[in-house]
Amino acid sequence: MYHTGNLVKELAEKHGRKRESLMPILQDIVKKYNYLTDESMVEVATELDISAAEVYGTASFYTFLDTQERGKNVIRVCKTITCSMKGKNDIISTIEDILKIRVGETTPDKMFTLLETNCIGWCHKAPAMLINDMPYTDLTPETVIDVIKGYMRK
Amino acid sequence: MVTLKINDQEVKVAEGTTVLEAAKQLGVNIPTLCNHPDLCVAGNCRVCVVEQKGARTLIAACAMPVSEGMDIHTNSLKVRNARKHIVELLLSEHRADCTKCYKNQKCELQTLANEYSFGEHIFLDLVEDHAYNIDRSSPSFLKDDSKCIRCQRCVRTCAQLQHVSAIAVANKGAHMKISSFHDRPMSHVVCTNCGQCVNRCPTGALTEKTYIDQVWDAIYDPDKHVVVQTAPAVRVALGEDLGYDPGERVTGKMVTALRQLGFDSVLDTDFTADLTIIEEGTELLTRLKKVLVEKDKNTALPMFTSCSPGWIKFIEHKYPHMLPNLSTCKSPQQMFGALAKTFYAQKRNIDPAKIVSVSIMPCTAKKYEADRPEMRSSGYKDIDFVLTTRELAVMIKQAGIDFRTLEPARYDSIMGSSTGAAVIFGATGGVMEAALRTAYELVTGKPVPFTNLNITPVRGMEGVKEATVKIEGTTEEWRFLEGAELKVAIAHGLVNANKVAKAVSTGKASYHFIEIMACPGGCIGGGGQPIPTNVEIRKKRMEAIYSEDMHMDLRKSHENPEVVAIYKEFLEKPNGHKSHELLHTHYIERESY
Repeated sequence: MYHTGNLVKELAEKHGRKRESLMPILQDIVKKYNYLTDESMVEVATELDISAAEVYGTASFYTFLDTQERGKNVIRVCKTITCSMKGKNDIISTIEDILKIRVGETTPDKMFTLLETNCIGWCHKAPAMLINDMPYTDLTPETVIDVIKGYMRK
Repeated sequence: MVTLKINDQEVKVAEGTTVLEAAKQLGVNIPTLCNHPDLCVAGNCRVCVVEQKGARTLIAACAMPVSEGMDIHTNSLKVRNARKHIVELLLSEHRADCTKCYKNQKCELQTLANEYSFGEHIFLDLVEDHAYNIDRSSPSFLKDDSKCIRCQRCVRTCAQLQHVSAIAVANKGAHMKISSFHDRPMSHVVCTNCGQCVNRCPTGALTEKTYIDQVWDAIYDPDKHVVVQTAPAVRVALGEDLGYDPGERVTGKMVTALRQLGFDSVLDTDFTADLTIIEEGTELLTRLKKVLVEKDKNTALPMFTSCSPGWIKFIEHKYPHMLPNLSTCKSPQQMFGALAKTFYAQKRNIDPAKIVSVSIMPCTAKKYEADRPEMRSSGYKDIDFVLTTRELAVMIKQAGIDFRTLEPARYDSIMGSSTGAAVIFGATGGVMEAALRTAYELVTGKPVPFTNLNITPVRGMEGVKEATVKIEGTTEEWRFLEGAELKVAIAHGLVNANKVAKAVSTGKASYHFIEIMACPGGCIGGGGQPIPTNVEIRKKRMEAIYSEDMHMDLRKSHENPEVVAIYKEFLEKPNGHKSHELLHTHYIERESY
């Protein structure tokens, strides 16, 4: 959990308080904190004078605007057909083994969240995954261990 | 004007008319589901698709404006097949436990299924695969997602008519649902329980929480003395659920029906509506005196009315800093409840513990109001059960009463007498008019200066109404009001209430007294009223209310003999100690989501 402090107010100043400012404000919060707390959504609703249910409705439509608590590093393994055929399941079980969590879960130290995602456009270099904004491609169980270990050291 | 053909018949309509409206002018019926006359076009259910010659795909009649030379077919084979598939697809996502459903035979989806899709279902039933839950948290209504077809009438109602948006569309694709903020229980969000969504839901996804069985149990319990009160707006709408056209006044027949159902005493909320006027009128004049004469900084003006529980919850959530502006008067329902188990119990010599107090209301928020923990000033739950107009109609049918043949009867006494001022409480502007009739006379000793006491500037369907009443010829006690112009405003529908509240909150408007009713048209358009509702139906109910007023012997609250008597025998004086104990309340600041 985090507290947004003045962030929502600052973002409303930056992006404006019209209905169309909702998306950029939510994106900027997620950029900073990885996910949206209920508190932050209520703050956004108050700033824009819309209802909190509307903010939640918008956020819940977009996979990348998480409304559940997420770790510092969000791993999204592509689950779409090409990556599936090229060994996505092995990648996932390798990550599950190394982080001791299942898909959808976050490590107790809040460092990693493991998720699946729909196609991220790297079919030609499948299997692929994202960690935060960074794509990793042509994955094998060996290379994925190195990638994760790299983030563990950060 | 635009000329087009529908089913080979030519029709001329104004530009901007939709294909659906044009067809209606020709008497051609196109089925609809997500469409509702009170709401903006959504075009999401696709039930109204029609064929336009030359167009590649079928078009949604509700969303398509007419254009010159259009050639529309509403009943071609292509349309029929598509419509059947659309209804089937909607059914595949709808838990169709029709015989057990509260909306059985009142469900628009069921009607469509009846017309277009009987026999074997052609698509897989998806409902059983979905985890669904039924939100029973509100005392006013149920939200059952397994019956929701996501037409979003409720979402549009909550946003456009009520400016609340307690519910919105969440998630996407197969997971899309109508959700409160982060799926919290409806009792823990900004929802006002107004029931406007319930009134517009085409299926059983949103229904009032019914207490019919509990009321039957009380009636059949020989130890219980069951009193019933009926709100003003019920008598002009109940007929609609019992085969009458909108606008029929059925007051007398309703009283007979309630007696036949077995209620021990059939009484009238209008009695406490008259009482509300005395209490609220006195409160307003006291506030005016405090502000104008005593220059008291702690007294808040303008004063808002407090009869509408939907409005109360709205202001508690959205404008908590203006709670001191709310009249402290309870609503007529709750005044009635508090008096039924005190004054009435004493007079009739009945143990209040044995009294079951039932109210028939045009309203779902009244169920919530009766459940508020502060509404126990008699020492018991002041109102035990609240039934909507619709639920009363169900009970009348269950009892096998032939409503049309009933002889009209009069309310019982005590707490059954009323005036025309009380009955107009059911329409927007009515509380204001009733208050003015009494307050003006109290201050000047003369009736309000309007023909037949009809204060027409405060009547009608305009969203926000304003009026100024000049006070002249005051009596000695009220000399400080001589020549004063009392500025009043009236709003109905929370979207309009919000406009007024915002204007007052930001200092852009200065009024002395503001009447707010949460529902469009006031209580006549309440969430517990017969379905369907639209502006024409509400106008007819409103006309019936004013006609009821004109037919009353007494038309000013302070002339109600039982009201005069209750002050003499029990309450002593308006806004006095006993009044404050039983008839006034306080409010609570609530969260903004």
